[in-house]
Amino acid sequence: MLILECPYCGVKAEETELTPGYEAHLKRFGPGSSDTEFEDYMFARKNPKGVHFERWRHVYGCGKWFLAARDTNTLEVFGTYPAQSSAPPADLQDKIKAKRPDWKGYK
Amino acid sequence: MSTRLSKGGRLIDRSAPQEFSFNGKTMRGLAGDTLAAALLANDQMLLGRSFKYHRPRGLVAAGPEEPNAIVGLGRDGRFEPNQRVTTTELFDGLEAASQNHWPTLEFDVGVINNTLSRFLPGGFYYKTFMWPRAAWKHVFEPIIRRSAGLGKAPTARDADRYEYTYSFCDVLILGGGIAGLQAALVAGASGARVMLLEQSAHWGGRAPVDGDVIEGKPAEVWINSAVQTLAALENVAMRLRTMGAGVYDHGYVLAEEKIADTTPGDGRPKHRLWRIRTAQIVTATGAIERPLSFAGNDIPGVMLAGSVREYVVNYAVSPGDRTVVVTNNDDAYRTAIALVQAGLAVPCIVDARASVTGDLPAKARAMGIRVETGKAIAKVKGGKRVTGVSLCVQAGEGAVLEEISCDAVAMSGGWSPVVHLWSHCGGKLIWDKTRAHFRPDASRPPTGQDGLAMVVPVGNANGAMTAAEALICGAKGGAAAAEAAGFKAEAKAAVAEAAPEADMEAVWIMPQGAGPALKAKMWLDYQNDVKVSDVQLAAREGYTSVEHTKRYTTLGMATDQGKLSNINGLAVLADALHEEIPQVGTTTFRPPYAPVTLGALAGESRGDIFQPLRKTPMHAWHEKNHAYFEPVGLWRRPYTFPRAGENHEQAVHREVLNTRTNLGLLDASTLGKIIVKGPDAGRFLDMLYTGVMSSLPVGKCRYGLMCSEQGFLSDDGVVARIDEDTWLCHTTSGGADRIHAWMEDWLQCEWWDWQVYTANVTEQLAQVAVVGPNARRVLEKLGGMDVSKETLPFMQWADGTLGGFPARVYRISFSGELSYEVAVPASMGLAFWEALHAAGAEFGAMVYGTEALHIMRAEKGFIMIGDETDGTIIPQDLNLGWAISKKKADFLGKRGQERNYLASPDRWKLAGFETLDGSVIQDGAYIPSAGKNANGQGNTQGRVTSTYFSPTLKKGIAMGLIKGGMDRLGDVVEFTTITGGVVKAKVVDPVFYDKDGEKNNV
Amino acid sequence: MSNAVSALGHASFDGFAKVREIGPIGMISLRAKADLPGLAAAIKAAVGTGVPAQRQIEIAGDKAAGWMSPDEYLLLLPYGETDAALAAIAEALRGQHHLAVTLSDARAVFRIEGAKADQVLAKLSPVDFATLGSKELRRTRAAQVAAAFWKDGDGYTLVCFRSVAAYVMGLLSHSATSGSEIS
Ligand SMILES: [Zn+2]
Repeated sequence: MLILECPYCGVKAEETELTPGYEAHLKRFGPGSSDTEFEDYMFARKNPKGVHFERWRHVYGCGKWFLAARDTNTLEVFGTYPAQSSAPPADLQDKIKAKRPDWKGYK
Repeated sequence: MSTRLSKGGRLIDRSAPQEFSFNGKTMRGLAGDTLAAALLANDQMLLGRSFKYHRPRGLVAAGPEEPNAIVGLGRDGRFEPNQRVTTTELFDGLEAASQNHWPTLEFDVGVINNTLSRFLPGGFYYKTFMWPRAAWKHVFEPIIRRSAGLGKAPTARDADRYEYTYSFCDVLILGGGIAGLQAALVAGASGARVMLLEQSAHWGGRAPVDGDVIEGKPAEVWINSAVQTLAALENVAMRLRTMGAGVYDHGYVLAEEKIADTTPGDGRPKHRLWRIRTAQIVTATGAIERPLSFAGNDIPGVMLAGSVREYVVNYAVSPGDRTVVVTNNDDAYRTAIALVQAGLAVPCIVDARASVTGDLPAKARAMGIRVETGKAIAKVKGGKRVTGVSLCVQAGEGAVLEEISCDAVAMSGGWSPVVHLWSHCGGKLIWDKTRAHFRPDASRPPTGQDGLAMVVPVGNANGAMTAAEALICGAKGGAAAAEAAGFKAEAKAAVAEAAPEADMEAVWIMPQGAGPALKAKMWLDYQNDVKVSDVQLAAREGYTSVEHTKRYTTLGMATDQGKLSNINGLAVLADALHEEIPQVGTTTFRPPYAPVTLGALAGESRGDIFQPLRKTPMHAWHEKNHAYFEPVGLWRRPYTFPRAGENHEQAVHREVLNTRTNLGLLDASTLGKIIVKGPDAGRFLDMLYTGVMSSLPVGKCRYGLMCSEQGFLSDDGVVARIDEDTWLCHTTSGGADRIHAWMEDWLQCEWWDWQVYTANVTEQLAQVAVVGPNARRVLEKLGGMDVSKETLPFMQWADGTLGGFPARVYRISFSGELSYEVAVPASMGLAFWEALHAAGAEFGAMVYGTEALHIMRAEKGFIMIGDETDGTIIPQDLNLGWAISKKKADFLGKRGQERNYLASPDRWKLAGFETLDGSVIQDGAYIPSAGKNANGQGNTQGRVTSTYFSPTLKKGIAMGLIKGGMDRLGDVVEFTTITGGVVKAKVVDPVFYDKDGEKNNV
Repeated sequence: MSNAVSALGHASFDGFAKVREIGPIGMISLRAKADLPGLAAAIKAAVGTGVPAQRQIEIAGDKAAGWMSPDEYLLLLPYGETDAALAAIAEALRGQHHLAVTLSDARAVFRIEGAKADQVLAKLSPVDFATLGSKELRRTRAAQVAAAFWKDGDGYTLVCFRSVAAYVMGLLSHSATSGSEIS
């Protein structure tokens, strides 16, 4: 059972205090977008064995959504950061690159 | 025979006899006994029957690895099946009964399977399932159901209580033997928060049984001093009778504490489940001895050598008067020595090794014990009890050299580290060829959230098999764990006398050239009756993967999970496949290490607190007035309020008719209420709802729909504009938390620069729907607000006081009647509710429930989320296009609804239905159409979504989805019935009642 | 006007710790960003405390302000004083984007008292009481429902939703049963 530190309240919350929200950093496509863009936005989800960026909500705590970078295979957590981020923080990306040289980036 | 010795027994109290019963027979034991020890002391060796062949089964072991001696304990509300006698502490009044036999333990009909055993080989279950279905159903299943299965499920409600506790530490040590104690001393001295758990009732593990000497004194002296030192440390917590059951991700560990097993009914929790989070885990879980595979190794009286020693030393119980020891290692000599020292006879030590030269064999020989090297047991003689063994040469095929009479056999095939907890979360193993066992591979540990090792194995569990090695390993492991958790530690170890032991020799079957007849009597898995011949058969039939072989033969799948059988079975499989053991690999170790009581896993979640039931402020009134409740999410809402002599249907019809003719009162407190406020609140709501909310004037209400991004309808409700930058959004009952979370998701993760705050005020307010022709009259009687048509017209709201209660009154209707929804503070909800009933008495006020609500909305053709919608329905399907803004550039779900298949004219759309005969269409009925689809199933063209008998119209009414929707008005279609028939219905306008809305327009 | 009543009418349970339902207590949810001009004045005017820091609760007599999230504060005060406090907040935050709403009735409040009160909660919440700050307001779950608690005097004050008050009372009573002390 995972532990993720909520970047808002600093609680090292266990999984039962959290709710998962799937892949992070999706770009919303609304009216005017092509069928392919909308399909990607709605349905095309990454499922890597390795580094993954995902959304979590501290639902039994401060109620805030945050983002986490995690290895889906080893469950190593590289870091958590606020949901109000259009990209993972640069230092977090550097840390992941150092630990996982083969990592191709978050996009 | 087995009996209590007159002297010795380090754990028993001879001055405290305990009376207990086994199969109704009264027996006596001593305080400190395990049930196993007490049974042996009463010469009760036959304790059960095996799973498949119903062979007689006796004790094999002394710990949680015991495969055979499994009984039912207690009675009625405290009956527990499948309990190991070896881990059950004796107490005065204990009741035990053997299981898996019929009709009696001594005479078992199922033993017929034994004579038929050549028809029940490995894979029997799989092969049998292949036979004709009829044979399975009428022949095999009844026999197997009677003869198979372990224990009986309790029928009475569990009389005991259980609980969880959450606990946190830096270093968690699982196992309180000398390695665990040493690790705790080192980690404790570092200042780390240490937790030390031991599954049994005693610290120190096997060291005192083995006669180890630590710091120049008997192990027990050092153990006692270590325990005292640890107990004095504030940063160290210690628990006996607490088994580490499973190791999980990120340092999460489950452990089960046995609290009141020996004091049933004393009010304490029977068991407590510890949910522990730790930085580092030290597994000091010891080792388990392996049986040897020789013919007849399952006959009661054949036991593990280490366990025989444990019974003698700890409980002063001798499993037999004459015990033959059979081994492939030096450790079993300790058993022979202990038996002779206790005054018992050891006619022979049968050692498979050709040359035996170690210190322990020398000591045994010096005591005059006969040692036969290079020898094996050809066969054990006896039925329900060992009567003797025949010896042969290990290198041969089993030709008998001599027979030795004995009543017990102590066997040792070497020791396997308990690697379960290391392995649960991904720790890998390496094969130690010298000791013929798997042990943890320190270079491939389980890792935690930081990607670093989180488990440190020590002592026997790490392959450090002598006391001297175990202490050094424990100290190092304790220090490593403390340092990994951020503390400075010094790996100082106590020193144990090291008695050199000679290498063991891997012996997987005995004798090594045994033929089929012998192999068919060599048991690997005692509980599930898997023999050497079964595994070899599986290999011949192509089961080359150990995981497949396990499932095919059921090896290791019994309640002991193969603690004794896995390595031996693996070795037999490897041999049959001509491969090395590490190439064949092990099966996966999964939690729990040993069975955990279901009650402990449930914890406090039983009875009234099984799950949270949400109650409105009026809940107690509903109970008092005989409400029949239905679940709505976690809420309990009154479905109807039946009166004496009424069934539910009659009660519902009465409630509908009274509401339509007089006055109905509904507890609507569960309705979701969310405040949305801020400069961007209007813009936000325009994105959230399909309609426009930003243009709603202050004081007015508007019905709104919310869709998922895919465009599917997800919730509906009335929105009220409170002031310039504040709206109040009503959601469906049970939808408040979901919609509030949905709002916060968009505000936090997509439009975080928008200035909007939300607050879920659902529970702040009690809400009452006041419905019917007399609705206005009762509010006017309460007084305080002008609720006239002119001042408070339809779809408006007003604040004020009613009968002295601060109230917000919404003029909205979900029934078509003149209707107000009144919100008051929850703490006054009950008082307001009672005041309404009192004031409404003269107007025919009557409470109604959710079913009447549903019928009245269906009579008006109003959709219900969850009835007309199922997650695949867009508003357009329900003719709700009027509630979708055509002008807005964007709203959640707009792009989704533009997908071509959602815009298709072929989609089923909402219409009303009336049967030609006035009957009620059945729930779930479909409208078939001609032809078959690609799967050969009949085509359909629609289905019913809501169907009721309308008490108002005195006939069946329904809403449903049909291809063509309202274009089909007047068509007659057929709905299916559950019995395979059809009922004819006409497509009609779904507004069945008061089409012009006159009832509400007053 | 009828008097406000708490969810359970002050139910209580005596075990190795004492459990009491108290209230109703005045509660205001104030949503505002920490750097909002006037926030300190608003909280001061409403409950007389400073702005609580992350996860802290500032207690001043029968009033308090707790940190609920980066943009939410829980203000506690006598039940009858919420309207006046709301007015004071509105005054202090005039023209500033915020949301203040009374939630006194949406909640149930419990006191868990005695030397081993923490053991009652440790059975229900995945919280490390050894590291819980003396002024820490911890939002978590109690078994299956959301809860918040903090240490106050010789015990803890716990807040949950009103609709599950009976469930939470059941949990606390079960956990506080005599004989089930953890240590
Ligand atoms: Zn948080």
